[in-house]
Formats: sequence, C-alpha cells, structure tokens
Amino acid sequence: MPPIPGSGLAKGLAVTLRTMTKRTVTAQYPDVQPELPPRSRGVIGLFEENCTVCMLCARECPDWCIYIDSHKETVPPAAPGGRERSRNVLDRFAIDFALCMYCGICIEVCPFDALFWSPEFEYAETDIHELTHERDKLREWMWTVPEPPALDPGAEEPKEIAAARKTADKLQAQEERVAQEAREAQGAQPGKEAQSGQAAEQEGQE
Amino acid sequence: MNDVLDVALRLAIVFAVFMVVPLVVGQAEHKVMAHMQGRLGPMYAGGFHGWAQLVADGVKFAQKEDVVPAAADRRIFQLAPAVALLPYLLVIVAIPIGPSEGAVGQVVDAGIFFVLAVMGVGVLGSLMAGWASANKYSLLGGLRTAAQLLAYELPMLLAAASVAMAAGTVSLPGILNAFEWWWLPWQIVGALVFFVAGLAELQRPPFDMPVADSEIIFGAYTEYTGLRFALFLLAEYAGIVVLCGLTTVLFLGGWHGPLGADGLGWVWTLLKTGVLAFVVIWLRVTYPRLREDQLQKLAWTTLIPLALAQIALTGIVKVAIN
Repeated sequence: MPPIPGSGLAKGLAVTLRTMTKRTVTAQYPDVQPELPPRSRGVIGLFEENCTVCMLCARECPDWCIYIDSHKETVPPAAPGGRERSRNVLDRFAIDFALCMYCGICIEVCPFDALFWSPEFEYAETDIHELTHERDKLREWMWTVPEPPALDPGAEEPKEIAAARKTADKLQAQEERVAQEAREAQGAQPGKEAQSGQAAEQEGQE
Repeated sequence: MNDVLDVALRLAIVFAVFMVVPLVVGQAEHKVMAHMQGRLGPMYAGGFHGWAQLVADGVKFAQKEDVVPAAADRRIFQLAPAVALLPYLLVIVAIPIGPSEGAVGQVVDAGIFFVLAVMGVGVLGSLMAGWASANKYSLLGGLRTAAQLLAYELPMLLAAASVAMAAGTVSLPGILNAFEWWWLPWQIVGALVFFVAGLAELQRPPFDMPVADSEIIFGAYTEYTGLRFALFLLAEYAGIVVLCGLTTVLFLGGWHGPLGADGLGWVWTLLKTGVLAFVVIWLRVTYPRLREDQLQKLAWTTLIPLALAQIALTGIVKVAIN
C-alpha cells in the first residue's frame, strides 16, 4: 500500500513536537557539574605512602612525562645482630599533564597501587609549566579519587579480601578450638564455669 | 485637542505592540526551536532563561559598524531596511484585535485591500537591498524574492478574496462581524493557502530560498551590517506577527471564541495569533528548504488551483444560502 500523501510531512512535525516535550540533552557545565562515571580519566593521583620508587611507571610511560627522583637510606637491623637494610626514599614525583596522553598505563603497571585515576578535570592553567603537578599536588588529588565501583552480583571475591577473610577464619577457628579445650577442662570441676570460660577466651585472644 | 490625543495614544500603542510582539515571537523562536532540537537555547541574558537575549542582540547590532559598500547605490541601500520594516507597522494599525471601536488602530474600509497591498510593499525592501548592494549574491537573492512575490501574491489574494466574498465586505472588522463558526470548515482550504503563501512571502523556512545561506550567503541582506541588518531581521518577525494576525482575523474568527465573548475578545485574537506563530516556528524547525523550482511549482500548480477551487466553493455556498 502506498503511503498517504503528506504522511511524511506529518511524521516530521510529530518528531519535532515529541522532541520538544522530552528533556533536553544540554549540559549546563559551568553552572552544573557533570556527573562523571567513577572510572573517568580526569587526573592522576599519587598515593605516595604506597610508592616504593620502583620506577615502573616512569619507564612504561609512552610520553616520558613522569619524573621521579629518589635516594637510598640505610635502616638499622630490625633484630640485634641482623643485617642492615637499605630503603628507597622518594624525593620528587611529578607528572607533566601537558605531555600526558591519559593512557593510564602507569596506573595499570604500578604493582603497589600508588597511582589512581580521579575524575577531577578542572585544572587548566594559563602557564604550561604549571601543568607539571608535583608530589604534593598529586597527593592532594588522592582525596578526590572515588571509591571503586561495586562488584557485579555473583562476582568473584577480590583477592585481598579473600586473603584477609582466610586469615580471619583461621584465627577464629583457632580461638574456638582453645575455648573448646578450656570448656572440656572445666567439665571436671563444675561451678567455676563462667569465670574460667572468660579466662579461656582471653587466653585464646593472646 | 482630544482627537489629537486619541490618535497619539493609538499610534503609541500600535508602535509599542510593533516593537514588543515581534521580539516575543523571536524569543519564542529561540526557545521553541532549541527545545525541538533537544537543546535549551539562550540561558544567560537577563538572568531568567535568557529572556533578554534579543535585547542583548539588539545592543550588539547597534554597536556594530554600519558599512555601505563602495559600489553600492548608497541612498537606496540605506533606505531599503526602512522600506522592508515600515509596511508591517502600517498593517498592524489596521488589524482589529477586539470587537470594540478602541481595539483597532484605525478602521480602514477597504481593509483587506489595504493590508495586502501594503504587505506587498514590504518585499520591495528586499528587492531594493538586492539591487543596490552591487553584489551578485544580493542580486540573485533579490531576484528570487521578486519571483517568490509574483508566485505567492496571487494565491494569497485569491484566498483573501474568498473570505471577502463570504462576508460580503472588504473591511476587516466587517468580516469579523459576519463571521460564523462554520466558516472554519468552509474556508479551511483558503486558510491553508493563505498561510502557506504568507510564509513564502515572508521568506520563512521552508520557503527561504532568497536567503538560502548555503547557496547565496544571505541573499539580498549579504552586504548589510549592524542596525540595518537588525531591521531586516525585525521585519521578518514583524511579518510573522502580521501574517498570523491576518490569518486569525480572516479565517479563524479573530475575537470570536467558544466562551468569554464580552470584553475578552482580544485574548482570543492574541491566543490564536500566538498559536499560529508557534506553527510558523514549528514548520521552520521541521522542514528543510525547498529548491527554487519546487517553490515555483508549489505555487503555480498547487496553491493557485486550490485557491481558485476555494473561491468556486465559496461562490456556490454563498448562492445556495441566498
């Protein structure tokens, strides 16, 4: 069946009218901040407490925009008669965001979870030198890093949580075993159960 | 003395309407067009949803340099915007918005005649601009304007003649006094022809080939800058107001409405005019520009036969009633 003449014209009018009743897509950016997804690549934050100056990030960076200076310090032996240890101390950590191409390889490659993506993006400068963010500024960005998004339902447990849970389970099992043994020991002398039960628990914790 | 005061007051009111209503339509166009395209439109000027955007635009235009090309026909070039704008002011004087004596700037006996003749003059402004600019794009735009005027003045006049026949008068208040609700279905074809032809005469999209920016830059207005250019734009919006007002008066029964007949007639007129202005904007957003030959074809093979058929129908019904 051929279309009714003029039906296309009516369809066009319907489209524009329908669009008018819908929400607009305009982002009123400077007035209203955009709602960015948690994994947005805005700026890179440095959690310097985790950094061991392994230099992997600086070496992997395709733009060579990460600058790291460090020195070694000697730490006295932990136990008397032990060997002295040397430790890396971070002197400078800077990322030049004028060079950075936001590939995120440094974050992927960091084995100690010292680098993170933050969705903050409002750090334009009038002087290009100021785009080199030094250590303290990179540390400040850490406060803007959002917590990681929740896992999918039914997802595998994260490894660090699994490890922690394993240790906790082991400890608890041990505790219970100690308590059990204490109770069995008290079975011979009834009457003092409550007191000695507590004592057994304290022992277990120690 | 009282007469002088009366005339002065009426002129002042008409002038105020002429300055304000086109701006309201222009602002509505900004906003409606934006929302039809999923945007917000102006949001800053004036604070609340950019209500003062056109005021800001006006200030900007006034600050700009007023350039007249060296090879242009200076006097004509400078005069053209006024010729384009003033006729619409004159037309507004004659459009009645309410049933009483005070609701029209000046009752003109041959109202339809006056209104359509003066509206035709408005197009002369574009012609003068096109010819005087000494620019090929302007000339092409001017010629397209002329061709469009020739093609669309005829169906417009025929459609208006049909209403005059139905009412038995050419006075605008006279037509409205004779109006009955069943004129609406009776004259619907004439109304459509009148409205479409009016759009074409105003060079509104989808009939804006004379200013087709992808082909001839901005047609007859290519060489204009500053305030004179703003006057051409204002003329376009004043033209929308006039066209919608005339369609309301001739075909939609002006101040007649289902309720509130006494004292609220002007509300009906304004409401109908506003709805028509919305339709004008709606059509602009929805349809792409016609090609020059399609425009001519639409006028000569569709609108004129339709208008003639409407006149025949009007005549038959009129005779049958009598």
